[in-house]
Amino acid sequence: MPLLTKEEAQALLKKVLSYSKAEECEANIYGSDGGNIRYARNSVSTSGGVTQNTLVVSSAYGKKLGTATINEFDDASLEKVVRRSEELAQLAPENPEFVPFLEPQTYPTESKTFEPSTAGIDPKFRTDAVAASLDIAKQDSLVAAGFLENSASYAAMMNSKGLFAYNTSTNVNFNVTLRTKDGKGSGYASKGYNDVSKLDVAASTKFAAQKATGSVESKAIEPGKYTVILEPAAGIVLLETMFFNMDARSADEGRSFLSKADGKTKLGEKLVDERVNIYSDPQNPDLPTANWNGDGRPQEKIAWIEKGVIKNLYYSRYWAQKKGVKAIPSPDAVVMDGGTASTEDLIKSTEKGILVTRLWYIREVDPQTLLYTGLTRDGTFYIENGQIKFPIKNFRFNESAVIMLNNLEALGKPERTVSGESNIHAMIPPMKIRDFTFSSLSDAV
Amino acid sequence: MTGMGLGATVLPRIPVLGKEVPLDAPWYNVDVATKKKMADIALNEARSKGATYTDVRIGRYLNQYVITREDKVQNIVNTESYGIGVRVIANGSWGFAATDKTDTDGIAKAAQLAVAIAKENARLLNEPVKLASQKGYGEVSWKAPIEKNAFEVPMKEKVDLLMSVNDAALKGGANYVNSIIFAVNEQKYFASSEGSYIDQDIHRIWPTFTITKIDAKTGKFETRNSLSAPIGMGYEYLVPSDAEKIKGLTTLYKKRYDMLEDARFGAKQVGEKLAAKSVEAGKYDLILDPSNLWLTIHESVGHPTELDRVLGYEANYAGTSFLTLDKWESKKFNFGSKNVNIVADKTQVGSLGAVGYDDEGVQTGEWDLIKDGILVNYQVIRDQAHILGLNASQGCCYADSWSDVQFQRMPNVSLRPGKQKQSVDDMIKNVEKGIYIIGDSSYSIDQQRYNFQFSGQLYYEIKNGKIAGMLRDVAYQSNTQEFWNSCVAVADESDYRLGGSFFDGKGQPGQVSAVSHGSSTSRFNGVNVINTARKI
Repeated sequence: MPLLTKEEAQALLKKVLSYSKAEECEANIYGSDGGNIRYARNSVSTSGGVTQNTLVVSSAYGKKLGTATINEFDDASLEKVVRRSEELAQLAPENPEFVPFLEPQTYPTESKTFEPSTAGIDPKFRTDAVAASLDIAKQDSLVAAGFLENSASYAAMMNSKGLFAYNTSTNVNFNVTLRTKDGKGSGYASKGYNDVSKLDVAASTKFAAQKATGSVESKAIEPGKYTVILEPAAGIVLLETMFFNMDARSADEGRSFLSKADGKTKLGEKLVDERVNIYSDPQNPDLPTANWNGDGRPQEKIAWIEKGVIKNLYYSRYWAQKKGVKAIPSPDAVVMDGGTASTEDLIKSTEKGILVTRLWYIREVDPQTLLYTGLTRDGTFYIENGQIKFPIKNFRFNESAVIMLNNLEALGKPERTVSGESNIHAMIPPMKIRDFTFSSLSDAV
Repeated sequence: MTGMGLGATVLPRIPVLGKEVPLDAPWYNVDVATKKKMADIALNEARSKGATYTDVRIGRYLNQYVITREDKVQNIVNTESYGIGVRVIANGSWGFAATDKTDTDGIAKAAQLAVAIAKENARLLNEPVKLASQKGYGEVSWKAPIEKNAFEVPMKEKVDLLMSVNDAALKGGANYVNSIIFAVNEQKYFASSEGSYIDQDIHRIWPTFTITKIDAKTGKFETRNSLSAPIGMGYEYLVPSDAEKIKGLTTLYKKRYDMLEDARFGAKQVGEKLAAKSVEAGKYDLILDPSNLWLTIHESVGHPTELDRVLGYEANYAGTSFLTLDKWESKKFNFGSKNVNIVADKTQVGSLGAVGYDDEGVQTGEWDLIKDGILVNYQVIRDQAHILGLNASQGCCYADSWSDVQFQRMPNVSLRPGKQKQSVDDMIKNVEKGIYIIGDSSYSIDQQRYNFQFSGQLYYEIKNGKIAGMLRDVAYQSNTQEFWNSCVAVADESDYRLGGSFFDGKGQPGQVSAVSHGSSTSRFNGVNVINTARKI
């Protein structure tokens, strides 16, 4: 089914609002049209195509709020979802923290999030891509498991104050694991773009193949503190634990890694190495994102960490109002500055260390210190005198992104990567970190 | 019930298959006759395009969230999703398509797309899909045996309960409290080209809270989460009953949960947690309450016995498994000690996994996974049964929505209670140096399920058979086989309780499933405990 154009979305949302009897009403609609293909054991396993749309309606009476969603769009269903949200709002007690819906906003120029070529991907394209990946696996006598998904989507919102926002985007993600037939070696690659022409399935598969063949006959070395080089696919899963926890209210309330004694926070303080600069920019050509967020606020370029200093936190509209500050929304994606060195250059400059391809199963251990645990996976190598010496067995780590960014040795050239944990996209450099804490060995390959 | 209502300019308004949705029907369930008609459109269309097998799932998925913090209801949300998923085999290969456009045209197009995708996929096929035989059941139905539909309980009752819970936590000294009631209803209909038309109604509920206390002077904070379990029940789970309580250091709950009482304990305990002694790293004998052990069972037994992982179908995401087929074939792979008997089921009343039929129309049952410590079986669906020499599926197929393809998902996986009478107190009095752990927290395990690390909500130090106060900064790390071989005692069935998750993630695109894990309190000797305190 085609995506709703701006005019169609506007017409539908107007109709939804026309049913409203509440004091305030806000409707969001989003939908996507896409497909996916999954393969394993060198053959396609599951694949499919899916079209879906969701309408979310929030109604408010005074400070009472109710929300209902539906994915049916005949007139009766549209009226039903509006009524249901109204019923819920009337049943809800007053929420003193309720903030009236937003007035109309001015949005920055729409960023280039939609690429027609990506929207045009069909089942044959996906199967051909998998065929190319499987050819490489078979040539190298490896076993491939992978996933390619694409989607074209739109999102729109309108409220009774007259706000209207709309955008479209496309996305394609590809990730692959290649394993040796004896199960002793494993390699991984993951890429994601708005524009499918940037995706090179064969190159990614070759990268994973190299990791797989290179990681057989791994040796166990003692757990402990090591210098590590985290490739972007490994680094992102730890860095994102910071981004997910930069909420101002949690910090102000004393329950975040950014809280200090006596109700103070670390906003404005230098928390990590001064070479760390992290920001979000919806217009970034390598990582464009929507120019508005889900509640209608504009998304602008925001510095989060500058020269190691915490520059901004994100706010709910209520908390910003209470604190008398600008209500900066949480970003859709972040960019971390780096240098010009490649991962290979970082290896060459390393006397002793460990190259980490991927970190996996990341879970919070202590929110106070942002301590997380997880394991290395799909290619972990020992480096000596600037060269990869041998593959090593996987480790469990217990580490904090804050400690890690204080132990920074060097940053390489940023590249677009996809988190294997959250699926978010980010531009981050490979990072060389000293004293990274590995706590135990794992037998997993 | 219709296509996009964007007006005639976008799509034709095709006559609806069923009735108009009445506005006064709050939780409208599509009638079975309409669903059968819809299913038959897909079955016929797929067959005419060359499918040799087709199944159709029509699902209406309802969620309700009542979300609060302190003295405020932040939001009340009802979500509803309705659509149809069509899965086919054509040219020996699977294909799937789903749509929320559930008129005749929309359904037919989804069936056509599923067949087209299957034929594309067949180009890369190594061997054709081999389905275990399955009889058609005709028109049948199954309903979860709930006493009180949570969606029909007046909103005020839910709000009042959460407000009283929050009030108790704040009066008990907490700085913040978040609480939520999360209710789920899956109304799902399955039809296959083998003659099954199965209508099912499934209910789940999860009441939970997090209590936070802050020491303003030091800037330190601690939380204590609810000791409830997400469960396959109606609102009756929230009606307290003394018969379903286990009293001790804190009250623990079986099939009825006293949320208010737990909040009172929580408020007191979160303060104790702040003041607790930091653990000294080393080896301890662990006494694990079912509210902690369920997650360890889930990760270290549930996942590695999934046959799709063993075979490599999840290699790119969730991972593979150390429980390779040769270990099962040997019939002597020593997974755990003799005390370890682990059973899989989709039938336990009140469990999250309980259904009459799975999502490929197989009637559900129960089977052993680990018997007297030995690996004896896996979790299997129809296209895998032949690999184990089985002639029928075990009924482990599930999809979290009409829009996602069904695949092998974990049934309930539970540790059988000990046969000899043994209480938790009996267990503790024999421990010289140990930790008694209640509740779940951090969890992480490698992609083949060897190395894991878990934390909890409450850690009590055991010294010479006695509880010696609370500890903090505790995490236990072990290797699955080593851990289960260190299991020296399992309490009897009077202590048996279910834990579980609403959100077990697996697959690409990612899907969640709800699953329960039962156990009685168990003892594990000499487990490695690390200290997780850091400074930033």
